[in-house]
Amino acid sequence: MSVPIYWRESKYRYKLIGSECMKCHKRFYPPKRVCPVCGSRELKDVKLPDKGHVVTYTIIRVPPKGYEEYAPYPIALIELEDGTRLIAQLTDVDPKDVKIGMVVKATFRKLSEIGRDGIIQYGVKFRPLIENES
Amino acid sequence: MRTIREVGIVGYGVYVPQYRVSDEEIARIWHREAPPPVKEKSVVNLDEDSITMSVEAARYAIARARIDPRDIEAIRVGTESKPYAVKPCATVVAEAIGATPKVLACDLEFACKAGTEGLQDCIALVASGMTKYAMAIGVDTAQGRPGDELEYTAGCGAAAYIVGLKSDDTIAYFEGSYSFVTDTPDFWRREGQFYPRHTGRFTGEPAYFRHIVSAAKGLMDELGLKPSDFDYAVFHQPNLKFPLRVARILGFDREKVQPGIVVTEIGNTYAASMLIGLASVLDVAKPGQRILAVSFGSGAGSDAFSIIVQDAIEDKRNLAPRVRDLIRRRALIDYALYVKHRRKIRV
Repeated sequence: MSVPIYWRESKYRYKLIGSECMKCHKRFYPPKRVCPVCGSRELKDVKLPDKGHVVTYTIIRVPPKGYEEYAPYPIALIELEDGTRLIAQLTDVDPKDVKIGMVVKATFRKLSEIGRDGIIQYGVKFRPLIENES
Repeated sequence: MRTIREVGIVGYGVYVPQYRVSDEEIARIWHREAPPPVKEKSVVNLDEDSITMSVEAARYAIARARIDPRDIEAIRVGTESKPYAVKPCATVVAEAIGATPKVLACDLEFACKAGTEGLQDCIALVASGMTKYAMAIGVDTAQGRPGDELEYTAGCGAAAYIVGLKSDDTIAYFEGSYSFVTDTPDFWRREGQFYPRHTGRFTGEPAYFRHIVSAAKGLMDELGLKPSDFDYAVFHQPNLKFPLRVARILGFDREKVQPGIVVTEIGNTYAASMLIGLASVLDVAKPGQRILAVSFGSGAGSDAFSIIVQDAIEDKRNLAPRVRDLIRRRALIDYALYVKHRRKIRV
């Protein structure tokens, strides 16, 4: 990801901001400009809930460039408390311990680094809930 | 130092990464025979650093404060482990919590005292009326040279405190503070070096003990208080021995110090150390109780605070994980994984 793209999209990556269609009220993450359900161009930014559960997942063992040190790592389809579904990396969990239905929470992590002297890209991942965390 | 208008803590939050390496495991690698200084220390995941831990602690502090993050008009991140040599941690934190763009944000460095240095700033900014709320964060992914004494304790963690004018919504307020600073060469890290150097036993008497004792006594003199007036005492925790000994020197019983001791389970989290200890006390303290909290940073200096707990603590402390919850979230790793997580192998 180039520095300008990272900067333009950081709002969505840092704060889990998606979009909601003003006509059919379907929500999306990452945000969309045109609603793929009803075709409306009337969408607004919306803060999505931080909590959800794992619908399904896979383990990435052959990662793309820039993610090598994290492998093997889980990527999950997550359904948030409002029903929005998104794909995200799971962290703080051993791949063998990931379970369908496990409750997860959004967390702010490093996504990748552009070399030793490049920009560090931060954004949202999901992790298991901590005790007394709502 | 006392403010003209009274200032308190609106919310606090702590973050400790889940990985631990035991001192026994480190001693196995380096053939240490002397008893290790702590049981185990916290280690970041590969995708964590001082910025991500700051954001987590800040979000918990906001949850307890129950405020709009746009009202946080100043952020101070105190750390000696910045992911960028040039580019502030505070701007990323401010963006991630939703405090931008009307915010005064910067990083501070004063070894393990940088977090409380930021707290002093925040108290002044709020008391002067310049900002409605201000947030001080102490955070570190502490560095220790492999095999060095520091490697047995250098841990990772963050603590965030949001400061506002004293009200029914503050969980505790500051009665006063005192800073004691001298030029003492006990510990340093030169530009471009991965690991700090220290002067061994010299770090005890002229550095840790002199500065903490002087700041604590200075504060008690200014406020007309004595050790028996305090219900709890929290000190910077580079190991277990130092905070217990400084408590004895000052005249505090062990039961007043024990609730704030976290070093045996997560190590020395440097700029977060005393602030996590203080959070651990706030997790159990009752309204009306008085806390003495004293940091220490090499170089060297101490900030001492007298804090009185208020009624709002009862409502707010369960709005985010407590320090004990974070300590219980624990995954033990071996030395090899620890070396990978802390990027001690450079390829």
